[in-house]
Amino acid sequence: MPDSAVLTHDEILEDVREVLIEALVVDTEEVTPEASLTADLQAESIDFLDIVFRLEKAFSTQDKPFKIEQGELFPMNLLENPDWVQDGTFTDAGMEMLKETMPHVDFSDFEHDRDIDKVAATITVTSIVDFVARKLAK
Amino acid sequence: MRWMWIDQIIELVPGTRMVAIKNVSLAEEHLHEHFAATDDLPALPVCPASLIIEGMAQTAGILVGSTRDFKEKVILAKIGRAGLDADVFPGQTIRFEAELQHIDDSGAGTAGVVSRTEPGSGRWEVIGHIDLLFSHADRNMAGLDLPEHNFVFGDNLKIILQTAGLGGAIE
Repeated sequence: MPDSAVLTHDEILEDVREVLIEALVVDTEEVTPEASLTADLQAESIDFLDIVFRLEKAFSTQDKPFKIEQGELFPMNLLENPDWVQDGTFTDAGMEMLKETMPHVDFSDFEHDRDIDKVAATITVTSIVDFVARKLAK
Repeated sequence: MRWMWIDQIIELVPGTRMVAIKNVSLAEEHLHEHFAATDDLPALPVCPASLIIEGMAQTAGILVGSTRDFKEKVILAKIGRAGLDADVFPGQTIRFEAELQHIDDSGAGTAGVVSRTEPGSGRWEVIGHIDLLFSHADRNMAGLDLPEHNFVFGDNLKIILQTAGLGGAIE
């Protein structure tokens, strides 16, 4: 793998696809940029932990570890804050929190629905690629 | 870990690696059915692959638990890879070698090597690899009513640790 500090978008995409193929045991052709991790690739909650570990391994270098903090890729304990979630849907404050903490996710479609049961489905392969690219650029 | 599937801890370096062994005996009743003789074939007692995975899960689980002083409820969450190329027969010993790959508040990932040996041969033969993912249950199961006490690391584990000279490792 090339030096992760100078990876192109396509190189990141390929590495992310490899991570997802191994973690989710899916076929290469299923891992399209727009594929949702939960809705299309059948990722379960524990798979996100697996994916985080594999991303850390894939993008760490000797000089620069790639460490993903808990909740960085996907916020934790959303239900515990009534300012964010009420009656199973995200409030305006909740949506602002999502956009601020997850800039790697496109919430434009989700904003009309806001159902908490569907929020995980907003994370696509492109979301993961953007997440990695943003972290590597820091 | 009410049903221990390792006999002895050979090496434990918390945060790094653990090695354990399991002696396979024909006295284990399940071997009489796995596989029993048929009209066409003689009996073939071999250790079920599922129990070899269980042995690695216990080895790696203790390694993960020891890394945080057995304070976390360490639950097997996912078998990332499990491949075994050979059977283990009664009289042979299985060696489980687990290395900690990652650990954080959410859980841990381990890579494992499975070997077997004939008694007295002194030679270990690698027969497979088992990579596992563990969850720190209290931190990933918000809303579930888990018991307060650590039900994962119980009395049987204490016996195993005491035998390995690590009796003080768990309260």
